[in-house]
Amino acid sequence: MLPTSPHFKENAARALADGGLQKALGRSRGAFQQKRADAAARLPEFERLREIGRDIKNHTLANLDFYLEHYARNVEAAGGRVHWCATAEDARATILAICREAGARTVTKGKSMIGEEIAINAYLERHGIEPVETDLGEYIIQLRQEPPSHIIAPAFHLNKEDWIEAFKAKHTELPPDRPMTERKALVDEARTVLRGRFLAADVGITGANLLIAETGSSVIVTNEGNGDLTQTLPRVHIAIASIEKVVPTLEDACAILRLLARSATGQEFSTYTTFSTGPRRAADPDGPAQYHVILLDNGRSAMVGTEFQDMLRCIRCAACMNHCPVYGVVGGHAYGWVYPGPMGAVLTPSLLGVEQAGHLPNASTFCGRCEEVCPMKIPLPRMMRHWREREFERHLVPRGTRYGLGLWAFLARRPALYRLAMRAAAWTLGLLGRRRGRFATLPFAGGWTAGRDMPAPEGETFQARYARLRRAGAGDPARQTRR
Amino acid sequence: MSGENGNGNPGKEAILGAIRRGLRRGPLPADQQALLAARIATHPRHLIPARSRLPRPAQVELFLDRVVAEFGTVARVADAAAVPQAVADYLAQANLPPSIAMAPHPLLAAMPWAERPMLAIRQGRAAPADQAGLTAAFAAIAETGTLMLPSGAERPTTLNIMPETGIVVVQASRIVGAYEEAWDLLRREAREDGAPGTLGPRFMPRNVMLITGPSRTADIEQTIELGAHGPRRLHVVLIDDDPAAR
Ligand code: SF4
Repeated sequence: MLPTSPHFKENAARALADGGLQKALGRSRGAFQQKRADAAARLPEFERLREIGRDIKNHTLANLDFYLEHYARNVEAAGGRVHWCATAEDARATILAICREAGARTVTKGKSMIGEEIAINAYLERHGIEPVETDLGEYIIQLRQEPPSHIIAPAFHLNKEDWIEAFKAKHTELPPDRPMTERKALVDEARTVLRGRFLAADVGITGANLLIAETGSSVIVTNEGNGDLTQTLPRVHIAIASIEKVVPTLEDACAILRLLARSATGQEFSTYTTFSTGPRRAADPDGPAQYHVILLDNGRSAMVGTEFQDMLRCIRCAACMNHCPVYGVVGGHAYGWVYPGPMGAVLTPSLLGVEQAGHLPNASTFCGRCEEVCPMKIPLPRMMRHWREREFERHLVPRGTRYGLGLWAFLARRPALYRLAMRAAAWTLGLLGRRRGRFATLPFAGGWTAGRDMPAPEGETFQARYARLRRAGAGDPARQTRR
Repeated sequence: MSGENGNGNPGKEAILGAIRRGLRRGPLPADQQALLAARIATHPRHLIPARSRLPRPAQVELFLDRVVAEFGTVARVADAAAVPQAVADYLAQANLPPSIAMAPHPLLAAMPWAERPMLAIRQGRAAPADQAGLTAAFAAIAETGTLMLPSGAERPTTLNIMPETGIVVVQASRIVGAYEEAWDLLRREAREDGAPGTLGPRFMPRNVMLITGPSRTADIEQTIELGAHGPRRLHVVLIDDDPAAR
């Protein structure tokens, strides 16, 4: 998928004007938040588990090379194959080669964000292999030829009418006058159509929520069961996973799994949590004859040891976007690539480059909700600020902002001049905004005031007020306000 | 094919090299590797929620409550001999045809199916036309009402996911509190033509499913519908074989 992240502003403006999208976003946002809050409240140990999850991942990342090698050795001992792919191109070429060797014509797919990241569907199609998405949400967006808008609910942006329209247009083998107003009818129809595809597929591709070094297992978590049909019925199973998915043991996996579903959908546990270890064994009555793992780097190793390393703890639960006020009004497509919301604002610049995704870290109100709900305690706002700083350093910020900040830095290093300038500015703004108490527009700040008002200063700077209160004998005013 | 294994694996070298550059070190020294290997070998448990730390009867109750909360149904029978009737009753009640695909599991095979001549039984993996599947859980986890179904000759994976109706026999004696306890059971008992527990680190079967309730989706307007791709109904038949759990 070609990123449109550089056009975040235009994308967002379009999203705000899209009535159907606003309806879909409004319906679901509050529900996700409530379900997560309820699930966390039902488990008194939830907060402690978050700390444990964070520590497990930090330990793993500090020894990532060791655990990846250990994991790969165990996959191979179980008869599977690990393909170390440094880039998306490597991953695509490897998957295609496996499919060709298997003589594959159709490939069923479980939901995988890595699959989106490496744009495997378009690639397979170009090479004459038909990919069939089987997660219901992924299936509809494949029919509609659009990208997912949410990492766990790909069709988050759609309404029931959109489903009916797509099914009517694409399932032409079914009677056109069939009743399909109920959600159940739509689910049943997809089940019937896709069951045929499952049985006919030559290769099944799934993602992986976790990899386990102890056993060489890949783990998928689904509610529909599509991932299990995808990886059980065809002759070949390919699991695609990025390097940061590995954890040392089953016990480590359990701790993280206790956080995942609760943070994502508010479920106690997802319906199907499945551990796959190698191909079919001698005594097995079913299962794939070949088991491959695509171990993808694609920019992640470059995050190790940097201020963005913490992002590699992410377990893709989507809590951050479900609680983000910006995501809540613009939806996922506005972010322009695979990963939306706060986690995307941090990850996308790491994977695509700040030139492509420099706008995303600005799509934040810094309200801090994402970090509060992140099960892995990832400091998302801090990392967005790091990106803003980097963006500034690289002179990618528009000239007006750059000069403004440059001027501020110049003044800040000269306290006397700073006081003078701020007093002048506060006085001027105070005078101008006296009547309404806020500004709907400001010179040089049109972008900032387009979606919000700037409160007018009261005509006094913070420093002057601080000094005045101190003189008045109120002690340290900063401390006083905390009492 | 890129990412080829064996000697000279450029993908592997590139990825491990980049990780080590980020960590500002070379490969871990042998003593540190030994420490990490020991952590894997001893696989220490983390915090286990208090909710499943209960006397046996309450643990069984918690398991059954959680199954029902997850849209499953339950029947409780005194012994294995009562299972065929429970299965026949369930199918009749749910208006389903009296026909099942049954896992070739010794516990199931030993049940008196001949007493239910109206019930058609076929043993083996699932076929596309099968409407109801019958399996026996390896263990069950009270914490979230979760069934553990490892693959193997006795437990075809297809039976867990293809039929519209899944019936799973659970022995009360195999109900544990937390996931970790179920993994330890598997570590101890796994066998592959050998004595239990002799597989060492190779104890993992090809496939282990942890199943919590019937298949569902919320992809249409974030509203739950049951029966997305896997079983629409999940029925647990609990055999009360544990005197301590009654
Ligand atoms: S950043 Fe945190 S909250 Fe967001 S998807 Fe990742 S783990 Fe979940």
